[in-house]
Amino acid sequence: MSPNLTLALVAGVLVAAGVYLVLERSLTRILVGVLLASNGVNVLFLVASGAAGGAPITGVTEPQDMSDPLPQAFVLTAIVITLAVTAFLLTLAYRSFQIAGNDEVSDDVEDSAIRRLALDDETSGSYEPDDEGHPDEEGQATGEQEGERVTADPESSDADPTGYEGETEQEPEPETPAETPKAPVAARAPGEPPPGYLTGARRTPEEDGS
Amino acid sequence: MNNLLPLPVLLPLLGAGLALALNRRPRVQRVVAATALASVTTVAALLVWLTDAHGPIVLWVGNWPQPLGIALVADRLSALMLLVSSVVTLSVLLFSMGAPEAERRRETPISIFYPTFLVLSAGVSNAFLAGDLFNLFVGFEMLLFASYVLLTLGGTGERVRAGSTYVLVSLLSSTLFLVAIAAVYAATGTVNFAQLQGRLAELPPEVSLVLQLLLLTVFSIKAAVFPMSAWLPDSYPTAPAPVTAVFAGLLTKVGVYAIIRTQSVLFPDSPLTRLLMWAALITMVVGILGAIAQTEVKRMLSFTLVSHIGYMVFGVALATTAGYAGAIFYTAHHITIQTTLFLVLGLVEVRAGSTSLTKLGGLAALSPVLGILFFVPAMNLAGIPPFSGFIGKVGLLDAGVQHGGFLAYLLVGGGVVTSLLTLYAMAKVWNRAFWRPLQTEADELETVGVETVEQVAEQPAGTASRTSATEAASGDLEEEPGTTMQQDEGAEELSTGRRMPWPMVATTVVLVLVGVGITVVAGPLYGYSERAATDLLGGAAYVRAVLPEGVR
Repeated sequence: MSPNLTLALVAGVLVAAGVYLVLERSLTRILVGVLLASNGVNVLFLVASGAAGGAPITGVTEPQDMSDPLPQAFVLTAIVITLAVTAFLLTLAYRSFQIAGNDEVSDDVEDSAIRRLALDDETSGSYEPDDEGHPDEEGQATGEQEGERVTADPESSDADPTGYEGETEQEPEPETPAETPKAPVAARAPGEPPPGYLTGARRTPEEDGS
Repeated sequence: MNNLLPLPVLLPLLGAGLALALNRRPRVQRVVAATALASVTTVAALLVWLTDAHGPIVLWVGNWPQPLGIALVADRLSALMLLVSSVVTLSVLLFSMGAPEAERRRETPISIFYPTFLVLSAGVSNAFLAGDLFNLFVGFEMLLFASYVLLTLGGTGERVRAGSTYVLVSLLSSTLFLVAIAAVYAATGTVNFAQLQGRLAELPPEVSLVLQLLLLTVFSIKAAVFPMSAWLPDSYPTAPAPVTAVFAGLLTKVGVYAIIRTQSVLFPDSPLTRLLMWAALITMVVGILGAIAQTEVKRMLSFTLVSHIGYMVFGVALATTAGYAGAIFYTAHHITIQTTLFLVLGLVEVRAGSTSLTKLGGLAALSPVLGILFFVPAMNLAGIPPFSGFIGKVGLLDAGVQHGGFLAYLLVGGGVVTSLLTLYAMAKVWNRAFWRPLQTEADELETVGVETVEQVAEQPAGTASRTSATEAASGDLEEEPGTTMQQDEGAEELSTGRRMPWPMVATTVVLVLVGVGITVVAGPLYGYSERAATDLLGGAAYVRAVLPEGVR
């Protein structure tokens, strides 16, 4: 059998346009992209089914003139699934719009957290300061940062675990609690709900504090 | 006998419909859901026994003339996967039922949760039992669609964000899967696994290679094999604890199962050993390095999940009986352990109000039971000797050494390093969340800071002060719900320091025991895996069972 070139081209163009749209940020455009791509794939099934023929019903068409019913059944299933997915994506986009005011797919939390840490030249929360209080090779640096932090906001020093550190003489200790709440806050930045919007009272202390 | 085959798909689906209809009667709904999954477990156990005793069981649905119609096939591999997955789903369901009323209302809204969960279970069963590519696709779509709903339960900002990435990646892989099916059908005129085995072998090698790579790409996205793994650690941790647990345990393993099927039944002559070995190595190493960098334990476990997929791909890549046996055993082990760990984290969330290492502390003193519950599966995951993780890893490494060659030895090395780094990651969780004194929050220090600090100062810093400091802090925690979740907005209402409800603990204990039980029955189970691998590698048994004489 020789494949139908027109159908193949149509499928290719549809999928290409779909891929282009899927790379957009807005969920609505992505949705259109998904629709185009899935229709492209459906056309691909028509290519796969070979030459077109009559309706595959015995008694209506001679068996040798029938078109292949199986790919059509595949396409039917795929269409139904795409329909459901479209409905779901629309809901998701609408919900995203409700929460964030736009329907953009936001950045990976991890990416933004790491980017922020890199910009601020800080260690990540998983960096384990020496629990026993012995300064390690990073000890100097953390000590300095600590000093800066205390002078930067002295009014909050009683709420800051710095007091804890001062009495127990564990120099790098407060690094972890003092620094890490920032990471999730920064991570929340893109596409995140404004505090309190629709989420009601569900607010983290980080948000309250910042 | 073969009429048992549709039950693992039908029962959860019927249960889902019934549960949806009964949404005003939560108690009945729960009974329906539990009954459906318990029956699936029974059927799966029966199937394991039957397939082991009599070979693959085949049902041509609707009894059409034989190569037409849809075949459901259970061989040793699918029966084992079915059993493990149904045990895990049932446990997670019971776990979610045990959650406190308030949390259950928010995290697992009853009218949606149970039906969706049952559909997920049906989808997983369908994927394991599928005898053709398109039915596999339908199984995937069922479980994926249920997972979209479960992942975005409640529709909070964080979940919508994670959900949109997840949905899009899954959609893309589904579209690719359809392309692959269209291509396979165009090339061979069938989608039945057994028929494909013969027909794919007759294709020109280039065409066959393209088809194989297409299918492998699709299943690698589902299984989160690097470089198609980035979606996983970002989306899983935001879901409610039981949902994450069942996702982590099952969804990626369905992808692994599909990879095993592709490699063994569809393309037995083209193992692509080098490509898959590199993928396995990078998956292991990149995954575990990602895990080490995490402070949020759920996220860390998601990364270890990605990393350990590498072990299974390693086993498949070897394309030897020992390799497949190791991969199958490891899959069964990993489904159980990963789910258990996520359930334990659900308990940690209930008990301490957070799963972030920067906020946790003193859990071992706060709740020794929780300590044990975490420690056993954590060591199991890391592969400490008496546990099944060790046996699985040894099996895989042994298969690697038997295979020989530079790349295989490199992977053996990579596997050992990954195992050690997993131990490191688990030790970090243990040290920071369970052993070190509770790190009190800034806002809590305003009220109890003084006494905590005094107690810390009085005693030598370190372990001795752990108990008292924790007691002081936990006393405070019980009065004042201060600590909250970082990642999971839905959990912010959780007050901290609550008692863990006994049904949740009991379910987790059972799963931990199942994990340990895998060690106890490791001998027979490994033997079973080896027989399953022999079936797979031969391939003939599968084809002989599915297709009648003369239709090949």
